[in-house]
Amino acid sequence: MNFALTDLMPLLPEVFLLAATCFILILDLFLSQDQRYITYILTLAALAGCGWLTFSTATGITAYAMHGMFVDDLLSDTLKLMLYFTVAITLVYSREYLRLRGMFQGEFFVLVLFATLGMMVMISANHFLTLYMGLELMSLSLYALVALQRDSAIASEAAMKYFVLGALASGMLLYGMSMIYGATDSLELPRIALVLQADIGNSMVLVFGLVFIVAGLAFKLGVAPFHMWVPDVYHGAPTAVTLFIGTATKIAAFAFVLRILVQGLQSISPDWQQMLVIMAVLSMAVGNIAAIAQTNFKRMLAYSTISHMGFLLLGLLAADINGYSSAMFYILAYVLTGLGAFGMIMLLSRQGFEADRIEDLKGLNQRNPWYAFLLLLMMFSLAGLPPTIGFYAKLAVLQAVVQAGYTWLAVVGVLFSLIGAFYYLRIVRLMYFENPEDTHAITPTTDVQMLMSANGLAVLGLGILPQPLMALCTYAMERSL
Amino acid sequence: MLAGYPLLSLAIWVPICAGVLVLATGSERNAPLARWIALVGALAGFLVTLPLYLRFDATTANMQFVEFMRWIPTYNINYHLGIDGISMPFVLLNSFITVLVVIAGWQVIQTKTSQYMAAFLIMSGLINGVFAALDAMLFYVYFEAMLIPLFLVIGIWGGPRRIYAAVKFFLYTLLGSLLMLVAFIYLYFQSGGSFEILDYYALPLSLPVQILLFLAFFLSFAVKVPMWPVHTWLPDAHVEAPTGGSVVLAAITLKIGAYGFMRFNLPITPDASHYMTGFMVTLSLIAVVYISLVALVQSDMKKLIAYSSISHMGFVTLGIFLFNSMGMEGALVQMISHGFVSAAMFLGIGVMYDRLHSRQISDYGGLVNKMPVFAAFLMLFSMANSGLPGTSGFVGEFMVILAAIKVNFWYAFLAATTLIFGAAYTLWMYKRVVFGEVTNPEVAKLKDINAREFSFLAVLAVLVLAMGLYPRPVTEVMHVTVNNLLAHVAQGKLP
Repeated sequence: MNFALTDLMPLLPEVFLLAATCFILILDLFLSQDQRYITYILTLAALAGCGWLTFSTATGITAYAMHGMFVDDLLSDTLKLMLYFTVAITLVYSREYLRLRGMFQGEFFVLVLFATLGMMVMISANHFLTLYMGLELMSLSLYALVALQRDSAIASEAAMKYFVLGALASGMLLYGMSMIYGATDSLELPRIALVLQADIGNSMVLVFGLVFIVAGLAFKLGVAPFHMWVPDVYHGAPTAVTLFIGTATKIAAFAFVLRILVQGLQSISPDWQQMLVIMAVLSMAVGNIAAIAQTNFKRMLAYSTISHMGFLLLGLLAADINGYSSAMFYILAYVLTGLGAFGMIMLLSRQGFEADRIEDLKGLNQRNPWYAFLLLLMMFSLAGLPPTIGFYAKLAVLQAVVQAGYTWLAVVGVLFSLIGAFYYLRIVRLMYFENPEDTHAITPTTDVQMLMSANGLAVLGLGILPQPLMALCTYAMERSL
Repeated sequence: MLAGYPLLSLAIWVPICAGVLVLATGSERNAPLARWIALVGALAGFLVTLPLYLRFDATTANMQFVEFMRWIPTYNINYHLGIDGISMPFVLLNSFITVLVVIAGWQVIQTKTSQYMAAFLIMSGLINGVFAALDAMLFYVYFEAMLIPLFLVIGIWGGPRRIYAAVKFFLYTLLGSLLMLVAFIYLYFQSGGSFEILDYYALPLSLPVQILLFLAFFLSFAVKVPMWPVHTWLPDAHVEAPTGGSVVLAAITLKIGAYGFMRFNLPITPDASHYMTGFMVTLSLIAVVYISLVALVQSDMKKLIAYSSISHMGFVTLGIFLFNSMGMEGALVQMISHGFVSAAMFLGIGVMYDRLHSRQISDYGGLVNKMPVFAAFLMLFSMANSGLPGTSGFVGEFMVILAAIKVNFWYAFLAATTLIFGAAYTLWMYKRVVFGEVTNPEVAKLKDINAREFSFLAVLAVLVLAMGLYPRPVTEVMHVTVNNLLAHVAQGKLP
């Protein structure tokens, strides 16, 4: 068997990131706390390097590596680029926050990079084992990240919960995979698809396996009724980690679902569609209704995430290219908005003060009109109102659902988003209609200031001109599936 | 000479850009600058709409001043603008009212001035977009985006219960529009992938489908009009909103609902519209009669005018669903007239409120002794509000009543009661506020209106009288479009 180094070309970014992470890990040992910014800069540089490698090797041609365990297609390139972007923004937003809380350590950056590597593997996986490996690499790093604040009881509890439920979900997923393997005699996604296309085979085992897989995926995506961990983890984790979990991992989870359900199990879509319908409706209901009662901003956003993941499922359950690309657009719009919303919590926090209660946003318009305006954009985008990107995300998903013949689901979706609008409005209300109780000056660093402004304006700008991103999503889907 | 200019885009984007510019002046230190930029922006926004009237071709029902640009090709959404005889008057009305609102808020608004002015300018641009959009999604974007500034205006500068009112207003209107969104998406697939509103006109649809679509549109526009029984947000929003907010709400946003009926319900679902006539007429008559009675017992002036608005809008929806040209033109005239009259009434109440900080009728009395000029203006507007001949309020109501007689005597009879009730509640309020002895020592200290207040009241007074005495300039531009619409509706479109 011949082995040429060029066979590894498709996974060049992963190889590079692994090497860079190991280098940073070792180098960090020799840095004093004052020099920690070197780790920070190197981490960003590693992400930029990955970005360059991914971008320059993106040919639009689907390439396989490692005997079909790994795939490099336009979909993976697009999602990975978005992922680097998201992680980099997360790091910039988090820097001051971490420094003030004594978490500006090498561990944080290395764990984030390892988690990113895991996500990249998930995005590019073409085989059940690769998928699982990527998932575990990501999850284990995340468990540690959540628990990074050793002395915080609430963070430890969140980490414990995350770990136990995450392990359970992984177990289910593995169990499901083994059943699918039993039914189709293969672990490679395209081959499974081929086998299923030819003959559904032992459908009882298959459906059983599917149920376990969907349950596992639902855990990872955080959709009802497997959502219990989401609010606790979002609330308990340091906000920097919440931001990471709330945005970057969603991209990976989306890719994960897409690879398994669409590339592997598309032929039995009628079976998983029904499950997704139930989970989507439940998530929208639980997420939107429970969010109303929250007093903690992070918890509220956690429930909002649940409802958004429910909406995302609506796009996926349309089960055609139109639906998948609309779901992809939805997830990117969500990530962009989520970055801004969680980032704002860190921007408003300061030494010894977490701005994570909803009350802390009172009178923000009087304290700083610009940040209030940016957060207003984020909230209206989450609520799905034009002219923000969130509206087009909703429109894209709704049209996919209607096209698939589920008009009633679209109606259910918009009714729940009306309920959702209520609690997003509450944030706007507090910012604009109330007087501030907290009069500390808000003094973010210049880079955060610029980035946050760019983030907010992107939410608005992509809302006025959403075409490029939409076209990109459609193109990536068409070329890859 | 002006042919090359994208006038409708200018009408939309000049106020929005001016609004952003006003916002950029920032803190309260620059408030005078913000006011002047706002005024210039509003005037410029009004001036660019004038050619729309002057160069309007009243002999065709086709869309005019059309602009077309690909916007989101993935879903075939286009930046498609155009106006016909139904929408053109509203673009002008809206741009005109914006100027008044800026002037009315000149001295009154002393906190966050730049945000206040910017909100109204941006809203004005968005509302022009609502009236000019020919693409369903473009329409929807303007329709929803408009809520955001209005929500902020009510919530920031409103009265004591402003937060409740703002949230209620927002959620009510959002509920309606979200169902409309689903309706649009459905039509998008039915029409083979088009969001062009005019494409939907020719689309054959079965009756059950038409009824469902009708209801989706109905909910969204009925809330905006507002029709009984989904009107309850309006008195709250009106009472709590600052004067400018009330004016825009009454004069413009309510018209969007009725406009929506003419642009969407009638032409897209004509058979369902016929099918639902009884329902629509009943709701309209309830609004006319019952809400008039409700208005009669109000002790708060703004609330009284808010209820009277609902009652007047009942006339509008009645006129629309009579399916004859007299009724529909009457409805349109009533809408424009109500735009002037309600703006004038709310501005008048604003003038009083700025002095005494009370909207209670009982706190006033004997105003004529201290403010004779103002009392004269208010007299005229009150008469217009109660529909006395010679004022603009009479023309629309009379046309609708005449049209109703042709259809059913009892419709006309019930509708005509408004001439009594309207006069009763408006003039009774006028009597209690303006005449009588001065009982409140605060009233004794009042000064008459200043030049700024005189200017906007005088302009409105002239318009109200002019329209009442010679309504032809308004009716002739809409005549062809209305007849065309009615011909289309009469034809039906069952497959």
